[in-house]
Amino acid sequence: MKNLFKRREPLTDTQLLMTITIGIFCIMYVFAMIFLGGGFLRPQQIFDMLNDNASLIIVSCGLTIVMIGGGIDISVGAVTSFVVMSCAIYLNKGGNIFLSVLLAVGIGLAFGLVQGFLISYLEIQPFIVTLAGMFFARGMTTILSVDPQKVTHKGFLQLHNNKEIKIRWLGHRVPNGNVIPAEMEIGVIIALTVVIFVFLLLKYGRLGRNFYAMGGNQQSALMLGINVKRTRFLSYVICGLLSGISGYVFLMHTAAGNATNAAGMEMNAIASSIIGGTLLTGGVGNVIGTFFGALSLTTIKKIVVSSGLNDPWWQSITTGGMLCFFILLQSVVLGRRSKKKSANNS
Amino acid sequence: MKKIGRKLFRGGLGQLTIPIIAIALLAVFNLIRDPGFFSIGIAHNSDGNAVLSGNIISIINGASELAILAIGMTLVTAACGGQDISVGAAAAIAGSVFVKVLKSASSVSGGTVLLAFLLSCVVAMLFGAFNGTLVAVFKIQPMIATLILYTCGRSIAYWINGGATPTISNPILSAIGGFIPGIPIPTPVIIVVVMAILFKLLFRFTSLELFTQSVGINGAAARLNGVDPTFIKLLSFVLLGACVSAAGCIGVSRLGLINHETLLLDVEMDAILAVAIGGNSLGGGRFKIIGSILGAYIIQTLTITLYAMKVSSTNVKAYKAIVIVLLVVIGSPVVKQWFTKLMMRLSENRKKVSAKGAEE
Repeated sequence: MKNLFKRREPLTDTQLLMTITIGIFCIMYVFAMIFLGGGFLRPQQIFDMLNDNASLIIVSCGLTIVMIGGGIDISVGAVTSFVVMSCAIYLNKGGNIFLSVLLAVGIGLAFGLVQGFLISYLEIQPFIVTLAGMFFARGMTTILSVDPQKVTHKGFLQLHNNKEIKIRWLGHRVPNGNVIPAEMEIGVIIALTVVIFVFLLLKYGRLGRNFYAMGGNQQSALMLGINVKRTRFLSYVICGLLSGISGYVFLMHTAAGNATNAAGMEMNAIASSIIGGTLLTGGVGNVIGTFFGALSLTTIKKIVVSSGLNDPWWQSITTGGMLCFFILLQSVVLGRRSKKKSANNS
Repeated sequence: MKKIGRKLFRGGLGQLTIPIIAIALLAVFNLIRDPGFFSIGIAHNSDGNAVLSGNIISIINGASELAILAIGMTLVTAACGGQDISVGAAAAIAGSVFVKVLKSASSVSGGTVLLAFLLSCVVAMLFGAFNGTLVAVFKIQPMIATLILYTCGRSIAYWINGGATPTISNPILSAIGGFIPGIPIPTPVIIVVVMAILFKLLFRFTSLELFTQSVGINGAAARLNGVDPTFIKLLSFVLLGACVSAAGCIGVSRLGLINHETLLLDVEMDAILAVAIGGNSLGGGRFKIIGSILGAYIIQTLTITLYAMKVSSTNVKAYKAIVIVLLVVIGSPVVKQWFTKLMMRLSENRKKVSAKGAEE
């Protein structure tokens, strides 16, 4: 029994940062439940947060992979927006649903392939390449249409309207005695599947371990016989693919294409990854942390709204404050650990 | 001529090769498309002053804010090996402070404008110091550290403005954002030149350039040689703060209003791009300010060219992206190597051919 509680080895940086994130998320949520009550006491609140952020979670997973590999992709939000717009227009022209999914995945893959090729095989700085990708995707979105495109495709609307999965036992009772079941969108299931898949890939997959090795130290990874160029290429391809999927999930949530869709999503995704304990230098990070990072971002916004700070600027100011807190905390924790390590070694 | 060409391919101009080629290409393209593109005329503005007008003037004038930001961004990039993505948001804050001070003054004179500018400068430098502390003291990567201000900066500006977008009109401001009576050159251009000269003097009379490069190349080695990396990094962010407030105030004066959402929108991306196009490594180390300034003018030339080709302002981004990718592909180390190999093989072939000719 004693062995169960005694850890055989200390936590790695990745696990430590992830634990901090999950801990703080729980504290924040419990705080909201106690002091704000209301919506926070219902399970539906969590489902709402998931429903609104399914596409952000998917995008953040892709970005986490790229960041673990030591790169950065700031085109993800723009690609999402481009996918939403092109699928909306394609569906309105009478396309079928299966092909629209293929279109979404195809666009994402295309961006991933081109950017990955430029970054890994032509050795161009990832920031510049994905910045160009972002400009290109945003520009193409407005070239496709400046006006909002509401999807009128019948089959898709059916999918959009009947998309909720009702979970009765997690519902809440309204005063007249009826139970309103908790609702979850299909997009959430896709997002959770993506999270689990990426988690397994990173934890047990050979490719996933290669990402960590490459991000930790590119030179040693090369010495270990890892094909660094191909690994980097694949990280961007996966990220692009996930952006495509995220675009389709976004469309399923809103059922409308708009030129300003997913504005600033790339920065939200980076923030989620960072809060979740992924370091931009690479080699450290976990997709479960990213998932909780995205949820923490929304929770703080919900807390601000329900605590009555109605001025429009408070949401982003508190988000900035929270980011600052997390970043400083990580820096201090990791700094102390590395000091301890060097003290132990000497 | 051949020699120059060969030198160019071997990177004889150093990091300025790509920006100079880019400017030449853009100029040739524009000359072919419209021979009158570069004509400069004299027009009379609403105040009746004789001022220069033409595409070149509007390019140089329009790129002023970007050029100023690129100067500061180069320093930060060189010292820290990362970029500040909060310059647009910080410029919005600086502009808000500028307008707030001017609004609260009973009468606006040259002195109050100067005071307002200095105050906004102090505020922007403080925010720069905040970013700099995170980067230099807490050892956080610049992009992550500045993500904080990027997230909340424009909201802080909104807060300072009290939830409105105040307008301000004043002859002094229109002189700063437009033309000083009697001088045909746009004032922002003069400000850019002044800033460039100031930085040139700073580098001439202090060891800042050397110190910055040494910190950027190897911080630990710099420390062992008696250069304090923390201070240099912090200083680079504070100097960027000064540049940010200058750009913000020009932006506000140009429009005569402060809009926290649209003032210098997406300028951080353009500024980083300017640094990269200017041939500076985004990983820090050696830098050339002139390259970044050239980069800023290249971006603006591209934009104005696209406008002249009747591309709408929202669609410009897509075409810009294609040109950027082309530029960086030409400038990428792999393609350069491949090019040099090709050139060598060609010259070897020519030698062989000429040797054969001589034998015969």
